Amino acid sequence: MTRRVGVVRFPGTNCEFDTIDAIRMLGGDAEILWHGDPSLKNVDAIVIPGGFAHGDYLRCGAIARFSPVMGAVASFAQEGGPILGICNGFQVLTEAGLLPGALQKNVGMKFLCSMQQVEFVSTQNILGRGSEVGDHLQIPINHFEGNYVCSPEVLSRIETREQIVFRYTDNPNGSTKDIAGVCNEAGNVVGMMPHPERATSALLGSSDGASVIKSFLS
Amino acid sequence: MHFEAKIEVSPRDGIANPEGSTIERALPALGFKTTHNVRVGKLIRLEVEAESVDVAQSLVEDMCNRFLTNPVIEDASVEVLEV
Repeated sequence: MTRRVGVVRFPGTNCEFDTIDAIRMLGGDAEILWHGDPSLKNVDAIVIPGGFAHGDYLRCGAIARFSPVMGAVASFAQEGGPILGICNGFQVLTEAGLLPGALQKNVGMKFLCSMQQVEFVSTQNILGRGSEVGDHLQIPINHFEGNYVCSPEVLSRIETREQIVFRYTDNPNGSTKDIAGVCNEAGNVVGMMPHPERATSALLGSSDGASVIKSFLS
Repeated sequence: MHFEAKIEVSPRDGIANPEGSTIERALPALGFKTTHNVRVGKLIRLEVEAESVDVAQSLVEDMCNRFLTNPVIEDASVEVLEV
């Protein structure tokens, strides 16, 4: 059965159409979920895509957390529903307390837009099906606030519980332990700074994001 | 009663502060060669109604914990004045 994915749109979201195109191209179905509507329309999975939700005012994701849809997203996470936050979506999920840690400004204070190599650190999550630990993927980044930080206690907890999903092989932004993506304890909520939806065809420079999205759709 | 609050949000000790580090590296170019430990945060001002200064203080601290700061990376110090 085709998996129906809800792609959340906040004021300032700008990657929702790329995300929907990638999902449809890879065999899923997708529709927009407006942030002001508390209903998830019975979708099977949720993506919080990239962009600048609520203008990134105060902190990235800080205001999006209060949008009516987020209560339903939190319940969906609790019930084990698959949720993927990409870039700004990752920031929203950390601010909402659905993922550990926080994302702050890149070391070097530059907006980064480049292809990056990331490595699968754990496949015990919704993105890992069909992949092996140590697999290398070429996926682009496009962010100013992608520098992952967390307390030493949280770091040792997420390392022990295999919640680090991706690491950069050449850390572009100063992230603690080169972290590019993490998941919750159950593995059903994943956040990542790289954009897999922009790496779904050789024409885009890489098709390595397709395996990640296919796993999410399976 | 009417209060004005000043909230200073600063990066937590031990958390790298890329803005501060960048400014620190730029200052010597202008001849300021004795500067160190530059940290950049933000200042939030707001007005609040409350029965007493203590209530106003605790209201604003609650706002800081739940919304105005991210405790993973930021600390806040709150100053409340009656106006």
